[in-house]
Amino acid sequence: MIKVKNLTKKYGDHLAVDNVSFTVEQGRIYGFLGPNGAGKSTTMNMITGYLAATSGQVTINGYDIFEEPEKAKACIGYLPEQPPVYMDLTPKEYLHFVAELKKLDKSQRKSLIEKAMEQTGIVDVQNRLIKNLSKGYRQRVGLAQAILGYPPVIILDEPTVGLDPQQIIEIRELIRSLGQQHTVILSSHILQEVSAVCDHILIISQGKLVASDTPENLRRQAGGKTVLEMKIKAEDKKIRDVLRQEPSILKFDITADKEAGIYTARIETPQDVDLREKLSFALAAGKMAVLEMKMEEVSLEDVFLAKIDKGFVPSKEEPEKKEDTEA
Amino acid sequence: MKAIYKKELRSYFASPIGYVLIAFMALIVGIYFTAYNLRMHYSWFGTVLNYTTFIFLIVVPLMTMRMLAEERRSKTDQLLFTAPIRIIDVVLGKYLALLTVFAIPMALFCLYPLILLQFQKDPASLAMDYTGILAFFLLGAANLSIGLFLSSTTENPIVAAAISFGVLLVLFFVGSIAQLIPSSAGGSLVVFTVMIVILALILFAMTKSFIFAGVFAAVAEVALLIVYLVKSSLLEGSVASLLSIFDISSRTTNMLYGQLDFTAIIYFVSISGLFVFLTVQSIQKRRWS
Repeated sequence: MIKVKNLTKKYGDHLAVDNVSFTVEQGRIYGFLGPNGAGKSTTMNMITGYLAATSGQVTINGYDIFEEPEKAKACIGYLPEQPPVYMDLTPKEYLHFVAELKKLDKSQRKSLIEKAMEQTGIVDVQNRLIKNLSKGYRQRVGLAQAILGYPPVIILDEPTVGLDPQQIIEIRELIRSLGQQHTVILSSHILQEVSAVCDHILIISQGKLVASDTPENLRRQAGGKTVLEMKIKAEDKKIRDVLRQEPSILKFDITADKEAGIYTARIETPQDVDLREKLSFALAAGKMAVLEMKMEEVSLEDVFLAKIDKGFVPSKEEPEKKEDTEA
Repeated sequence: MKAIYKKELRSYFASPIGYVLIAFMALIVGIYFTAYNLRMHYSWFGTVLNYTTFIFLIVVPLMTMRMLAEERRSKTDQLLFTAPIRIIDVVLGKYLALLTVFAIPMALFCLYPLILLQFQKDPASLAMDYTGILAFFLLGAANLSIGLFLSSTTENPIVAAAISFGVLLVLFFVGSIAQLIPSSAGGSLVVFTVMIVILALILFAMTKSFIFAGVFAAVAEVALLIVYLVKSSLLEGSVASLLSIFDISSRTTNMLYGQLDFTAIIYFVSISGLFVFLTVQSIQKRRWS
């Protein structure tokens, strides 16, 4: 679907994107993850043909973005960091304009526009001027523009910035449903977002691609841990005795809860170990009631931080310059 | 191209700016028409147009300032330049929209010769007056292409308007300035030396390379001195002829007084084409830097 080969972008002496290569397959959701100024937007701007690369190659559906830009661009729907909307148009007029730009078939234009508006939830505001809409709605108009006509590749740069929690959930649902038929690439500096929606994570730091794998594989590589949190109604000594008998526990600690006689146990185990069943039986056998149980995997964050540290080569020349070149 | 053209045209008439500019042109030309043709009995409408070319200094920067600068500032250029259309289509769509807006007052001006016909009953003067209106339109088209180009060089519409005004002002007066400059070989040598220094400074500002600008200045100055010493007659009057290349408005003189001048038509079409091309190049250049 998309092949990126040795992509490099230099701004003067500053390397914004440094020799990045990866392949994107159809029908999956890819997440670009990296701190602010890591080169995510620059990479996306090069894939979509907005910026020219200093060196390297990008092919979309077999079309080189630098050699056959019109054909390659026709395969992409792009939502840049700042939604590219015209303030003096209404969402409906705007989408009609975009449909014409994308050269969509005239007979289908109307129904495609309506569908895009429905999917992004902007039907109610379609006749208001965009300048009177809130940031969240503008973002959704931008998103409607990107998915309009259902291009095979949809590229979204920080799609959920500026949205409220309810809208974020809706947009994530939308991205997931798009991912069933389209290839979606999204960028984010929020780990939870990427791990919640993406099938594949690309971690980028200091312009370099430092990791590219599925979330599960990344966790495994880092030798991640699973944390099990239990609320137990019993004396803490008795809880300790039970937990000590379980060999796969790496570490646990027990703290008293607000309610009297209830303790919270935080249990760390290696990844892929699920002690929920075993422990609840063991505790129940000793007449200890388990009131609450919660299992979480914190390891992806460790992966992220480790990868970013690895990619970070301390140098004195390029500290804060990146923010403005990113845009 | 059609999508851009339609959108630009719509945005001109969605805000007051399109109407205000057209009304302004109609007002100024109307006043001059009343004064010269009706009160002072000049028989040619071309006279009026010849005296009103100064309105381009005001109208053109206002028409072109937003064109590309605003797209860049609001980042909507990311939509245009990632859509499956060519950059030249974007630029041409915008330029044609400018020409269309500008053609509306021209259509209005086409009525004035008909009014004059009531007084002189000479159909030949009608053809001459329409030639004059064509010249006025072509001059406007060339100025608009320059404004469009300058709008692509910045992301601030106000700066774009200020630069356009400055450039058009210089072009407007370049004919009169050329006459003030001494035509002797020695005088030309001094003027060209000053020009070389200014060009070298501009080059230095653009490339930040002291060596490059210095070498350019040295080579150009040596070449100039050789010409001066070997064949100084070449330099006589050369400043004026150089400046006259940039003297856009005086090219219309023949046509404004009714003489169909094909060199002038080709000149204006070339200027417009050149600046549309430069606009595309300036957008391309930004993708690479």
